[in-house]
Amino acid sequence: MTMARADRPLFEGSDWNFDLIQRIYDAVETIALTDFRLDVYPNQIEVISAEQMLDAYASTGMPLFYKHWSFGKQFVANEMLYRKGLRGLAYELVINSDPCISYIMQENSATMQTLVIAHAAFGHNHFFKNNYAFRQWTDATGILDYLEFAKSYIAHCEERYGEAAVERLLDGAHALMHQGVHRHPRVRSRDLKLEAAREAERQAYRDKIYDDLWRTLPASTKAPEAADDHRRRALNLPQENILYFLEKTGPALEPWQREILRIVRLIAQYFYPQRQTKVMNEGCATWCHYQIMTKLHERGQITDGSFLEFLQSHTNVVNQPTFDSGHFSGFNPYTLGFGIMEDMARICSNPTDEDREWFPDFAGKGDVNGVLQDACANYRDESFITQFLSPHMIRKWRLFEVADRESEAALSVAAIHDERGYRRIRRALAREYDIGRQEPDIQIVDVDLAGDRTLMLEHSVADGVLLDERDAAMVLQNLANLWRYDVVLTELDAQDRRILKTHQMKPARLQ
Amino acid sequence: MHIVDRRLNPGGRSLVNRQRFLRRARAAVQQAVRQSIKDRSIKDIDREGQISIPRDSIHEPTLHRTSHGGNRERVLPGNRDYLEGDRIPRPSGQSGGGSSAGTGDGEDDFRFVLTREEFLELFLDDLELPDLAKRKLKGEASSTPRRAGYTTVGSPSNLSVPRTMQKAMSRRLALRRPGRADLERIEEEIAQVEAHQPAQDGDAERLEQLREEHQRLLRRRALIAYIDPVDLRYRRFEATPRPIAQAVMFCLMDVSGSMSAHMKDLAKRFFALLHLFLTRSYEYVEVVFIHHTDHAAEVDEQTFFHSTVSGGTVVSSALEEMLAVVSARYPPDDWNIYVAQASDGDNINNDNPKTARLMREDILPISQYVAYIEVGAEERPVDDGRKSSLWSAYEELQATSPNFAMRKVHHRTEIYPVLRDLFQRRSDERDRAKGRA
Repeated sequence: MTMARADRPLFEGSDWNFDLIQRIYDAVETIALTDFRLDVYPNQIEVISAEQMLDAYASTGMPLFYKHWSFGKQFVANEMLYRKGLRGLAYELVINSDPCISYIMQENSATMQTLVIAHAAFGHNHFFKNNYAFRQWTDATGILDYLEFAKSYIAHCEERYGEAAVERLLDGAHALMHQGVHRHPRVRSRDLKLEAAREAERQAYRDKIYDDLWRTLPASTKAPEAADDHRRRALNLPQENILYFLEKTGPALEPWQREILRIVRLIAQYFYPQRQTKVMNEGCATWCHYQIMTKLHERGQITDGSFLEFLQSHTNVVNQPTFDSGHFSGFNPYTLGFGIMEDMARICSNPTDEDREWFPDFAGKGDVNGVLQDACANYRDESFITQFLSPHMIRKWRLFEVADRESEAALSVAAIHDERGYRRIRRALAREYDIGRQEPDIQIVDVDLAGDRTLMLEHSVADGVLLDERDAAMVLQNLANLWRYDVVLTELDAQDRRILKTHQMKPARLQ
Repeated sequence: MHIVDRRLNPGGRSLVNRQRFLRRARAAVQQAVRQSIKDRSIKDIDREGQISIPRDSIHEPTLHRTSHGGNRERVLPGNRDYLEGDRIPRPSGQSGGGSSAGTGDGEDDFRFVLTREEFLELFLDDLELPDLAKRKLKGEASSTPRRAGYTTVGSPSNLSVPRTMQKAMSRRLALRRPGRADLERIEEEIAQVEAHQPAQDGDAERLEQLREEHQRLLRRRALIAYIDPVDLRYRRFEATPRPIAQAVMFCLMDVSGSMSAHMKDLAKRFFALLHLFLTRSYEYVEVVFIHHTDHAAEVDEQTFFHSTVSGGTVVSSALEEMLAVVSARYPPDDWNIYVAQASDGDNINNDNPKTARLMREDILPISQYVAYIEVGAEERPVDDGRKSSLWSAYEELQATSPNFAMRKVHHRTEIYPVLRDLFQRRSDERDRAKGRA
């Protein structure tokens, strides 16, 4: 679809006003919705100052949050970096809510405001609304109300039970935050009609396979269910969501303490999809802003000058230093996401033989938007890389895999960007983005109900990497204080269930 | 789509969190402030500044996998010449197969900037200053109201009656409000006309006219108030800083070998506190550093605190040097002179009479305040009643001169009492000044 060139660019120079923002937004919206068929929540754009951006940073980007010293710590650290000029501020912040709130900074030039609107208000917004992880785990309409509730509830608790008590509880809950998410979809509550249908189905199956011969078998001599199993089932064990378990079964918690644990847990759950989709989320937003800005330029809605300004900023954003450049600090999620999506677009429209072999599903099919939107909706970082990282990109980035075996004195290069290495590299890179592998697999396995109520946890050790001992001791101390009885964490080898290490912690005495 | 302008929203949303953070890390921050005072010039004590505290004190633990050990695989970009199977020596340090830098394993200190108020608060807290003194030092009550013309709004107690009446009068004149005399004149005329016996020609007409005029005057008087709200004038006050004056502060210190680092640190805190006090009280404060062994010299701050000169100890040399500087640059009529002397108390015995005489006859008469602190080792020795030679020389001055204070100090919390008299005296003076006004 082509449109006539605009008579006049939207703006010249770098100054902006609210009227211009509105016109920019309208232009971007037209392109986003008609040309790229993005599906977004309604937008709300808020203009803020640098000072307010620092404030927003400190409360994980949310417009309102409860009070805790750790946010103050982040604030003073960011403030210093910013004021000394060591780090610039982000141009925008966007919140996964409905309506989708984007913060844009007043210091941005008109070009940057255009970029930011395309990036956040359309790119991120589209991703939030469509990606399955967000749809499954977060409630965009309710989050701001919930945070409002959380803030006032915690403030109320501080008044009633003392700041010190609430702070201690929050410290403990924050330490367990990463162990406070459900990693698998909750069991949907079944309704009675469905239940009846299932029962009928089962009965039909039983009728079908009925054979009178079974009746002649001697009665089963299976032992009655062990008491251990019964107890574990009653307690819903094993359980990977430690905060959930504490909230539901902690023996010595007050109701308000349970509620605060719940607040921390639900907020952790809200952010869980963001941690799983960093690469895709940024990739999607970067792809959108790049496409939209290019379209605006083609149609003469932005000047050559501001297009160059955009390109410079875009290039900075997707810059990926190489491992030996001295600036390397891991992969840049913008580069990775944008690179793969750009490559997918190339494969759709202009594939090589290699692409046809690797991506028979969509190579040469032409429908770039459809393919990308499908990817944005149905994948997370790990599966996205596994599925879409092409040999072309592996060669382009010159990726290689280094293996570090504990038993060997030197590191070895396990794979490089050649025929034999592609799949290996792709799998290894995908694993780096698999939270399930990067985070320790810790579960509550049992409680010694007959004895001293010791809480037993297991860490299933993958690849021989144990927990950081100092931190583990501190977190377990927190956990023991919440549980009020002993806590034991056993680190077991994932393969042969060999015990590698045991941590034990007693609760601190109540003052 | 909505565009909301949030720039005008009140800022400082993170203030509470910031305060909580400082409270949480108080011990570490206090230690860091103490440390950074050593590096600060005494004139910069109340500037904002960067401090760093160990990460341990504010660490937020999580359950995470260690950054070393185990079997790991890592993908990196930018391969130039590695081939599959190449061996790479393990990088030094514990960062295993890849860099996990930036996870903050406690190797780096946590740095941030304290504001001026926060810094001062911690500094003063460390010295265990009472709140009243702290408030004075922080300069919260450092302005006095001063008359500055009149204003149309204000509190009733500030109503200026003369000015209000003046305004009312000029308004009445300008609007030609009929006065009592006008009214009386008309009333008299009416009375005259009514008194005609028998009534003359045209009397009824005239009476009508006069009564109408009378009514008009009455109405006009009612319309134009005697005192209208627009006439009200209030005395206006403007907050002005306390009297502008200049002061010079002499820091005298013994730098012979017997002064340990601890003693110098105590002396520095003492000087800093006095300086802080003076900058609150005077607009312009100069500091002169004089160190001495058996002879004295005016030096810069760096040399003053960080150099050791070998030699004996003759205190009077410093006093003479100070008097020389005073006569050269700081005429006592124009300058408030403050003297702070720190020493470990050593002095050559035969110098004591001269020192005491110089102090009594030349320095005390021209000085606002002279404070002597005798700094001691950190462990307080058993008090055996022995006095250092300088202490015994100064002892008689203490009794006779109200502007002389002396104190033995072993620990930084003992510094404040030396200055207490000073704070006391200044607030008394101000109270007296208020009483007069």
